Amino acid sequence: MAEPLLVLDGVVKRYDDHTAVHKIDLEIAAGEFIALMGPSGCGKTTTLRMIAGLEAPSEGEIRLRGRRMNDVAPWERDTPLVWQSLALFPFMSVLKNVEFGLKMRNIPAAERTKKAMPWLERVGIAKYRDRKVDQLSGGERQRVALARALVTEPEILLLDEPLSALDAHLVIRMQAELKQLQQQLGITFCYVTHSQSEAFAMADRVAIMAEGRLQQVGPPREVYRAPANRFVAEFVGANNLLSGKVKSIAQGIVMVETAAGIMRARENPLLALLPGDAVTVVVSADRAVVSDSTADGENSLAGTVIGEQFVGAFVTLHLDLGDGSTFRAQLQQHALEPLGQVRGKRLSLRWKPEHTVLLKDK
Amino acid sequence: MKADRIISLAFKAYIWLALLFVFAPILTSFVFSFDANKFAAIPWGGFSTKWYAEAFGDPEVAKSLRNTVIVALSSSILATLIGFTAAYTDYRYDFFGKKVYLALAFIPPTIPVIILGVAMLVLLGRIGLSGQLHSVIIAHVVYSLPFAMALIRLRLSQMNKDLEAAAWNLGASQWRALKEIIIPFCLPAIFSALFLTMAVSFDEYAIAWFVSGFNETLPVRILILLQREVSPKVNAIGSLVFIVSMTLVMLAQIVFLMREPGSGKGKRI
Repeated sequence: MAEPLLVLDGVVKRYDDHTAVHKIDLEIAAGEFIALMGPSGCGKTTTLRMIAGLEAPSEGEIRLRGRRMNDVAPWERDTPLVWQSLALFPFMSVLKNVEFGLKMRNIPAAERTKKAMPWLERVGIAKYRDRKVDQLSGGERQRVALARALVTEPEILLLDEPLSALDAHLVIRMQAELKQLQQQLGITFCYVTHSQSEAFAMADRVAIMAEGRLQQVGPPREVYRAPANRFVAEFVGANNLLSGKVKSIAQGIVMVETAAGIMRARENPLLALLPGDAVTVVVSADRAVVSDSTADGENSLAGTVIGEQFVGAFVTLHLDLGDGSTFRAQLQQHALEPLGQVRGKRLSLRWKPEHTVLLKDK
Repeated sequence: MKADRIISLAFKAYIWLALLFVFAPILTSFVFSFDANKFAAIPWGGFSTKWYAEAFGDPEVAKSLRNTVIVALSSSILATLIGFTAAYTDYRYDFFGKKVYLALAFIPPTIPVIILGVAMLVLLGRIGLSGQLHSVIIAHVVYSLPFAMALIRLRLSQMNKDLEAAAWNLGASQWRALKEIIIPFCLPAIFSALFLTMAVSFDEYAIAWFVSGFNETLPVRILILLQREVSPKVNAIGSLVFIVSMTLVMLAQIVFLMREPGSGKGKRI
């Protein structure tokens, strides 16, 4: 990474009665699309508000292009935010909303309109320029909010769950448009969301937060395939978690003894596991091969199908392992067809050692 | 079905009777203000506007009307200004003793006006401000301010909490955000507060009677007239005061409930 655009250096945010953000270190590169993702109350929005200057860090430093921003007032920063509530000015027309940032920079009226109109056109709302914002649909309002934030041509755009109020079909379309817009503009997008699909669909990197701490930062694929801890493994994707104990390590393969039998996984030298260590075996739902032959050997389980969820071409099977736990297996619809009616059937699951992720329990 | 109809009719009749009960004296006064007879009696002595001419031809009455207008305009502007700042302080800041501050701010209308009047007289007398027109203005600001504050506070509570921060985020300083966002958003409530406090001041007589000295306002003049003689002039002045006050109160209502201009399906603002 070249010189990062934005640096969060040991940033802490404490309120009277609780700490919202515990010591966050994060570097955001210029032109990057980063998603801050986590369940509600994880501190992601507080972090975003600190970047915008709407909250002051209790500790640590926020630097934009090397400049310390802690004491810079929000109106002296160029870090526009697209609000979850959109926060459009209700008594102003669409054009006036979009021109607002320019007006605050004391740009003359004629020039404001000249600068704002291309943005209205770009997001496809030019024909509504004289309408009030409450006469627009949710998607159109979303575009006004976007144009209003981009009109000052900032280096970084902050987005706080901007799509949460939209219908599902519109969300997918807006995701694609946002990603395209970000690539065309080449500016940094810092996007807060609780939705994994949203983060993964758009972001170059995702930063997963929980309880005010960063859990893992990396490209979506990496976070998906190699969760760094139990929280990420449970929060991201459809992972199956089995608790166990290391039995032996030999030739780069770790043998783990679990309640469901012996599991084999590739050794990760970074974990420095020793026999006897408590570990969690993580198997992604789409890594397990489902068949109606009997389960045998290692990395194999048997379970009774207690539920199926169809999502178009994919099916997620829920299997009862008999010990009170369930295992989720995701497979393509056509791969399931030869098995016929599966509900209530006993099926076996099998996966490869290299598709097994081990996490060291603390 | 039939029983329902009877009950419904009974309720309607009840409401009309209640309204009649409330408005009968005012209506009577209004009707007899146009009566040619000196003493209100049935039958009517014929239509006449002579009591209006006589009332407002009286230089004392004319002077008190002018006083009332000055007091109502000044006190409403001041009360709305202070009411806005008080409501905005409440909206924007959390501070120690905020609940006490709010409770104190809303107390004046709950104090009996006689007590408020006496208290005002004593205080203003001590600091050499009594007996003047500005004494009435000060007293009326104190009395009507909570109405202005309550209206503007209600409006602020309807505002999206993010609006002001969104303005800062787009480069507006705190003053600029106040001017560009908060005040335009509160404008209907600000006008409503102006009309309402004007109405409160326009027909307030008890406090004004205590502190006005020789600069009496119109309602005080009515009181003085009544003490001297029972003249239909009083009916004429009373009707005028009533009409002006009601107009102002209705304007306050209309402005507050007005829809956003140019919006067809807009929410109420």
